[in-house]
Amino acid sequence: MSASALQPAATTYRDAIREALRDALRADPRVFLMGEDVGRYGGSYAVSKGLLEEFGEERIRDTPLSESAFVGAGIGAAIGGLRPIVEIMTCNFSLLALDQIVNNAATLCHMSGGQCPVPVVIRMATGAGRQLAAQHSHSFEGWYAHIPGIRIVAPATLEDARGMLAAALRCPDPVLIFEHVALYNMEGALSDEWPQADIERAKLRRAGRDVALLTYGASLYKCLAAAASLAPLGIEAEVLDLRSLRPLDDAAIFASVRKTRRAVIVDEGWRSGSLSAEISARIMEQCFYDLDAPVGRVCTAEAPIPYPKHLEDAALPQAETVASAVRAMFGK
Amino acid sequence: MSAAPAEIGRERVLERLKAMLRIRRFEDRCAELYGKGFIRGYLHLYNGEEAVGVGVMQALEPDDAVVSTYREHGHALARGVPMNALMAELFGKLAGCSRGRGGSMHIFDVSRRFYGGNAIVGVGIPLAVGLALAQKLRGTRSLAACFFGEGAVAEGEFNESLNLAALWKLPVLFMCENNLYAMGTALDRSESQTDIHLKAAGYRIPSFAVDGMDVLAVEDAARGAAARIRAGGGPEFLELKTYRFRAHSMFDSQLYRTKEEVESWRRRGPLIGFTQKFKERGLMSEDDYLRLEREADQEVDAAVAFAQAADWEPVDQLMRFVYAERGAA
Ligand SMILES: Cc1ncc(C[n+]2csc(CCOP(=O)(O)OP(=O)(O)O)c2C)c(N)n1
Repeated sequence: MSASALQPAATTYRDAIREALRDALRADPRVFLMGEDVGRYGGSYAVSKGLLEEFGEERIRDTPLSESAFVGAGIGAAIGGLRPIVEIMTCNFSLLALDQIVNNAATLCHMSGGQCPVPVVIRMATGAGRQLAAQHSHSFEGWYAHIPGIRIVAPATLEDARGMLAAALRCPDPVLIFEHVALYNMEGALSDEWPQADIERAKLRRAGRDVALLTYGASLYKCLAAAASLAPLGIEAEVLDLRSLRPLDDAAIFASVRKTRRAVIVDEGWRSGSLSAEISARIMEQCFYDLDAPVGRVCTAEAPIPYPKHLEDAALPQAETVASAVRAMFGK
Repeated sequence: MSAAPAEIGRERVLERLKAMLRIRRFEDRCAELYGKGFIRGYLHLYNGEEAVGVGVMQALEPDDAVVSTYREHGHALARGVPMNALMAELFGKLAGCSRGRGGSMHIFDVSRRFYGGNAIVGVGIPLAVGLALAQKLRGTRSLAACFFGEGAVAEGEFNESLNLAALWKLPVLFMCENNLYAMGTALDRSESQTDIHLKAAGYRIPSFAVDGMDVLAVEDAARGAAARIRAGGGPEFLELKTYRFRAHSMFDSQLYRTKEEVESWRRRGPLIGFTQKFKERGLMSEDDYLRLEREADQEVDAAVAFAQAADWEPVDQLMRFVYAERGAA
């Protein structure tokens, strides 16, 4: 980054992650990046472009199409004393590595009686909105959030994209970072100062007194748009960016709900057996008597995501569907 | 080898040329339509690989199952999926062969036993093994023809499937379209054994390397393998050596290969070599070529018009077919 601290540089979410990778590779010789096409090709979303030239093939490692093998190798290398960052092109392909993530990364520390912590970082793209149809558009972070032993984060802003990687690398546990595909081109400013992101706490992105919109990832922007559209109706929506999906920041969630007495959870995952269901259950368990209305949810339609734009749009949560769920809550 | 090479006459030459030209012109039009926004999402074109799809399909019967990848327009056309339904699918229209829900990567036409259009690398290979298992247990002579790229051979699913098919002597024709690059990764940067057919041999599957730029060589190899598979010989494997002329998907800067390399492969492309050879033998003329090209263009024009005029699936149908409709089958 060339900008001075006074004049934050305009940059993108993609570039913010690249800067974070570069910082990490410079700061710690144990860090390396591996994944499909991360080197020569520059990453399927161009995140690692230029890193091969700077850090060489030992540290920017192209892998064959072998998700189970290279994720497993990342776990092994982490146990062996390195700090691997493994990139999986999208979470859809991470299912080929599910065995390694769920049966190895998540269990080894506990099962070995604490002898085998697994400090691996696994990054992957998630989410829909680019008309890529059902095998390339799903959001599986909620599934992963079901698994004890791994940590799940979803940076929604440039600062978090830049800051969470370092925090993940400092963490002795396996951390999965979900980057929403709709965010890579998002522009914004980033100051020269190393952003302090932690990977456990939610962050309030808009304060309001009437309803709490609980969300993460790219849905954050839909919620902010919904909140803006509700303000003229006299409904002040608060928007809480969860950021960490495991562990969930219960304190922040409950504080928002107690303040506003109403909550709508907005999640690109499906509704059944989901992260949104979990959050709703926790609110019910802990804030039941603080609520003025049942908890609402806006999630993806329970169907595989289709290719044509009108159907994809209809399947996904949108600012308008969020706003109308809130309006319904207020009888407006 | 069983099944002797079919005789080469003018009729066969023109048929193969026509089949390859239909694919080439279709794909070129798709690239244009993508630029204009009519086709969205990912679009993986088959230019350069036409001889493989066309050659292989000659050896298949209507009852055989075909499993393909996201680079499957050519396979679908050669299999007989109507161009109108294919183009409408790429437009995302209801008249598309998958109701427009799949798009370019998910062409399904079960009436022609065309089972996708699978966009997770390697995910179709076990599917083909299962289709073959069903065919064997049901006592048919049909086989399952399975296409995948050389990138897929690094996946566990490839290796697990080959072993299973060989162990159970299942009627699968495995076909690796080796176009040398998996996105930006060259074969020798992803495989310790770059002679892909030797991997299949490691599972004791009869396997052959074939010039995938020569439609007749592909056809002969596929006919031979299919005949032996139908006779109960178990799976066979063809490594079809080819090259993709265009980017992996619509956009990539192709930093992973040189322009000269692409040019040299274009010079020995499936249409050029074929045309030259059979013109020299007097089995076709330049006029034949131009006529077939024109006819292909007309067919593509009609398909585009059809797709443009077709309807969108109404939004209220979104939840249909998440589960099979009762009483529909
Ligand atoms: C399991 C999985 N990993 C990664 C991808 C992303 N991807 C799509 S195509 C491709 C390259 C595949 O190359 P190859 O099998 O040789 O087929 P080709 O595209 O050359 O026809 C990759 C890496 C994917 N779709 N599925």
